[in-house]
Amino acid sequence: MKRREFLTVPAAAIGGTLLYTLAGEPVRLQAQNGTVKLPLRFFTAEEARVVTAACARIFPSDASGPGATEAGVVIFIDRQLAGPYGRDKYRYTKGPFVESYPEHGYQGKESPREIYRAGLKTLGDFAGLSPADQDAKLQSIEKSRFLQLLRTHTIEGMFSDPMHGGNAGLIGWQLVGYPGPQMTYRNEIDKHFGQPWRPKPASLEQIMGRPGKPWEDEKD
Amino acid sequence: MTNLKPVDVAIIGGGWTGLLVAKEITAKTSQSVVVFERGIPRKTADYAVTMDELDYNIRLRMMQNTAEETITHRHSLKDSAVPVRQHGSFHPGTGVGGAGEHWGGASFRFLPDVFTLRSHLTQKHGAAKLPEDLAVQDWGVTYDELEPLYWKSEQLMGISGKAGNLRGQKIDGGNVFEGPRQQEYPTPPLKRSYASSMFETAVRKMGYHPYPTPAANLSETYKNPDGITRPGCAYCGHCQRYGCMIGAKAQPTNTLMPVLAKRKNFQLRTGSWVRRIVHKDGRATGIQFTDASGEEFFQPATTVVLASFTLNNTRLLALSKIGTPYDPVARKGTLGRNLTHQVQVNTRVFFDKPLNAFMGAGELSSRISDFDGDLGLTGAEDGLLRVGMIAVSSNGDGPIGSFGTMPQGASKSNWGSEWKKAALEWKDHSAAIGMAGEHLSYRQNYMDLDPTYTDKFGDPLLRFTLNWTDHEFKQREFAAQIQAKIAREMGARFDEAPPSRARYNVINYQSTHIQGGAMMGTSPETSVVNRYLQHWNMPNLFVIGASAFPHNAAPNPTLTVLALTYWATEAMMDRYFKHPEKLI
Repeated sequence: MKRREFLTVPAAAIGGTLLYTLAGEPVRLQAQNGTVKLPLRFFTAEEARVVTAACARIFPSDASGPGATEAGVVIFIDRQLAGPYGRDKYRYTKGPFVESYPEHGYQGKESPREIYRAGLKTLGDFAGLSPADQDAKLQSIEKSRFLQLLRTHTIEGMFSDPMHGGNAGLIGWQLVGYPGPQMTYRNEIDKHFGQPWRPKPASLEQIMGRPGKPWEDEKD
Repeated sequence: MTNLKPVDVAIIGGGWTGLLVAKEITAKTSQSVVVFERGIPRKTADYAVTMDELDYNIRLRMMQNTAEETITHRHSLKDSAVPVRQHGSFHPGTGVGGAGEHWGGASFRFLPDVFTLRSHLTQKHGAAKLPEDLAVQDWGVTYDELEPLYWKSEQLMGISGKAGNLRGQKIDGGNVFEGPRQQEYPTPPLKRSYASSMFETAVRKMGYHPYPTPAANLSETYKNPDGITRPGCAYCGHCQRYGCMIGAKAQPTNTLMPVLAKRKNFQLRTGSWVRRIVHKDGRATGIQFTDASGEEFFQPATTVVLASFTLNNTRLLALSKIGTPYDPVARKGTLGRNLTHQVQVNTRVFFDKPLNAFMGAGELSSRISDFDGDLGLTGAEDGLLRVGMIAVSSNGDGPIGSFGTMPQGASKSNWGSEWKKAALEWKDHSAAIGMAGEHLSYRQNYMDLDPTYTDKFGDPLLRFTLNWTDHEFKQREFAAQIQAKIAREMGARFDEAPPSRARYNVINYQSTHIQGGAMMGTSPETSVVNRYLQHWNMPNLFVIGASAFPHNAAPNPTLTVLALTYWATEAMMDRYFKHPEKLI
């Protein structure tokens, strides 16, 4: 069996977040001094370090607000790749595999997992580079399917419901003023014209009073 | 293979059409009815904790599993087809309710001239002026014949809207271009969002005739003729690609299943994948299916109703060797011909003020039909026969899908600090002025079985041969010019560029309106089913759905599909069951 890998992060960054252990048990992380070890489902600790660094260049923590690191995007991606999406459970993967027009989309054989494994290798010791060198490295592979996936998944990890592992503390939703999946806007839809209306965000679980069932936790 | 006890009617597909046929037959006859659905059972309570953009709107959790079965696509006879490896340009549903669970709810009637389009165009332009490859035909049924059944369908779902043509009287605020209606809509229109009200103000000023899109999203509590009560829409913004957690959007699970559950002569078999319609000497003898455990069964039936999605209706007929496959070179045969999708073009507009666009409903939109059909054409437009409807919709923008929408040139890169800053600046400031256009049918756009790729059982996949023609490019260019004028009137910023003339693509979502393959018509030489949707070659087989459309009108197809379902089912009950032979 594969050795269990952990990602070590400062607890302050993700305090209050609900996470699920490998056994599927919910754990509420408390913000306290020191660091927290999060169990990884797919990445090795080293891969997680590289992904964290790359996501931080794609969606940086900067003057315009927090970014991928604070949102815990790497945890989100780790779970997506470990789940049915990562191994192409719902994609047509029968051959023959042939190149076609761009209008036919991705026709390759490799699953998102395989694309990440290979893509991360090409990044090498990415986490050790300067931010400028990191950007140059990402620019050099901008057209690759790996970087396209990484960019898409970073946005998904920033703004998806926290049950998927990202958007820690609803930090992404606070950033864009999204209130979460509220039950009703019946009395609001035809008001606030031209004015920003930004109710306090809440997660699906907070709104419904019970946890959702993220697809990545689906049993085989 | 296990032989089951014979039933009177075997229905393939547990969506809007199959379950509606079942509801009608079990109410008015003593026939025993079994519906075969290959997906999972579903009910309203299943949607309680599913307002999740990632799993439902992006990963498409409610759709068919493409790993098990998909389609292949090529642009022309000269190309080789490749599989559509993941959902893109359309979203076939699965499970009880089918695509009727995750639909948006737009519930239009088609313009009267749609049903007689070949006659209409020939009369208007002369046969010599029509494109040589144009395959549109008269449907064999008229708007007047369907009008009472449109009304039945509207009552079934409680459609919210405002009449624009009540028994010939034009009413401002409704769609004044629609065919005459005998009744006002069952419920009033949905409330207007900021974006839709800005659109209405602008187009009204321009002399057009805006109206609220008729929607299966209820505006208030409604009790339908079957006694089913559903609540008004909450505008939660989780509608299209989701199931409705409160039942405000009409879906087969909240509208038909509660009625069917009480019927003693009804049975639903989920997880049952129909593989073949079995037939002998020109009559269907039953169906062959595989259950979830992989066991094979034969279900003998007196009548077979094929009522799955367009794709599977056509494919199952081909796999069962019923009818003559269409040959686009010889232009002979009928099965698979007249494949259509939807012609669309969007102008992305940006406003100074925020829209609060996270609120909305599947079909909260304001719309003009001034250019639907050929209403807005003067005759001077070279080769342009039909256009479509123009609208602004508030479906509920999710934070993932809408992030990064910005005017061209707002950021050089699509990642990094500059991009993030621009994306945050433009968040919630954007809407789309969309066009849903009529898609005409052509000789070269058709469906057949793929020679290479197979499904999970090893059966050939369905192959699309489909590409845009010059007419669709002209439709888009014409509509984009109108959209630009509307955008200017709305005071919006937008990128003015002519629409793309690119090939058909299977990646970008267009609509889940796929039509044709088993088209209806007036002659067995040029259609698969007669005007009652009875198979020309097999009287005890009815093929129901948008597969019967000879071409696609601009408006969304569901209401017309339901009206045709009532039409076919009434013919079955009034005439066919008494004398089970050819109705024509």
